[in-house]
Amino acid sequence: MKTLKLCVVVVLALALTAFTFKSDSDGYKVGDIATDFSLENIDGSMVSLSDYKDAKGFIVIFTCNTCPYAVAYEDRIVALDKKYAPKGYPVIAIMPNDTDIKPGDNLEAMKARAKAKGFTFPYLIDKGQDIYPQYGATKTPHVYVLQKTDKGNEVKYIGAIDDNYKDASQVTEKYTENAVNALLNGKSVETTQTRAIGCSIKVKS
Amino acid sequence: MKRIIFIFCLFTLSCNNKASDSKQANLDDQDNKSNEVVDSNIDLEIYDYDGLKPLLYKSDDKVHVVNFWATWCAPCIKELPYFETVNETYDDKGVEVLLVSLDFPRQYETQLIPYIKKHKLKSKVVAFDDTNQNRWIPAINENWSGAIPATIIYKGDQRKFYEQSFTLEELETELKQFIN
Repeated sequence: MKTLKLCVVVVLALALTAFTFKSDSDGYKVGDIATDFSLENIDGSMVSLSDYKDAKGFIVIFTCNTCPYAVAYEDRIVALDKKYAPKGYPVIAIMPNDTDIKPGDNLEAMKARAKAKGFTFPYLIDKGQDIYPQYGATKTPHVYVLQKTDKGNEVKYIGAIDDNYKDASQVTEKYTENAVNALLNGKSVETTQTRAIGCSIKVKS
Repeated sequence: MKRIIFIFCLFTLSCNNKASDSKQANLDDQDNKSNEVVDSNIDLEIYDYDGLKPLLYKSDDKVHVVNFWATWCAPCIKELPYFETVNETYDDKGVEVLLVSLDFPRQYETQLIPYIKKHKLKSKVVAFDDTNQNRWIPAINENWSGAIPATIIYKGDQRKFYEQSFTLEELETELKQFIN
């Protein structure tokens, strides 16, 4: 009987592990707890979400220098940080590309771009390419809105910044802003997931 | 459906725009090698999703390979020759390639059309311009995150979607599943 019990436990544990691995490879879904990280910033410091003691949450954006879609959104990402960092939701930008494949995304280029565009937020490099797969980011730009909870940083929104990459003045739905506004007002996020075209994240084959 | 005809007249360009001289020379070099009229009119069809949709659901006997790409997308450019190859090699097996460009409209004349001309693309190229991506990405495939390159292969009701880059070998392997 004891052996049987042990067997059941082992099988259950295995099943759970298998399940965890699977969901890891697919990345986060809304409601999951996002991992913290320690990534190098363009100023040489290491940045973690846990450094932000007073934050209520985060707007984590996987982005880069070289993707035209990411570039089209740069000013809007700066605007998001200016608007929401004081309210407790700072932007944390992470560059996920392999810089051998995309030298235009290396740390020096990131510094230059951040300076030219006046980035007000950390622009981190996922050097080991360990973090973006855990989040499940597939492209740039790719947004994750996280809310700080007792359990950790809970994923509340995944997807696009808004519904018009081409022309900020023609935007009708500001998905990311709507999500953060809802969280700030203690409401649940209405649109939790959206899709947009982006550049695939570059990895060595 | 919007449809714009771009007329590329090298003569006009060389008269009006001195800055494009170097580019001009390149085009001339390549064009001189063949007798094809590649430097006359390039007729670029531009679609929104409603316009593109019929091209994604043709009900003929052909195997349709639809590749979403852009001139600025490095992995797309890398695999583009493979699509050109299968378009030519499997033509007699009823394979038809459609290259759907996601270049921004302001790049049609500066990037896309010069690219089509320079590489003498034989596959049909259309431009796709529809900002409501949150509508059409899941409509094209529920599992598509929105990263390009992405490819659809379909024949009648048989259909597969790939959010990945292809080697020629991989592309042929997938394609053969559709060829009887």
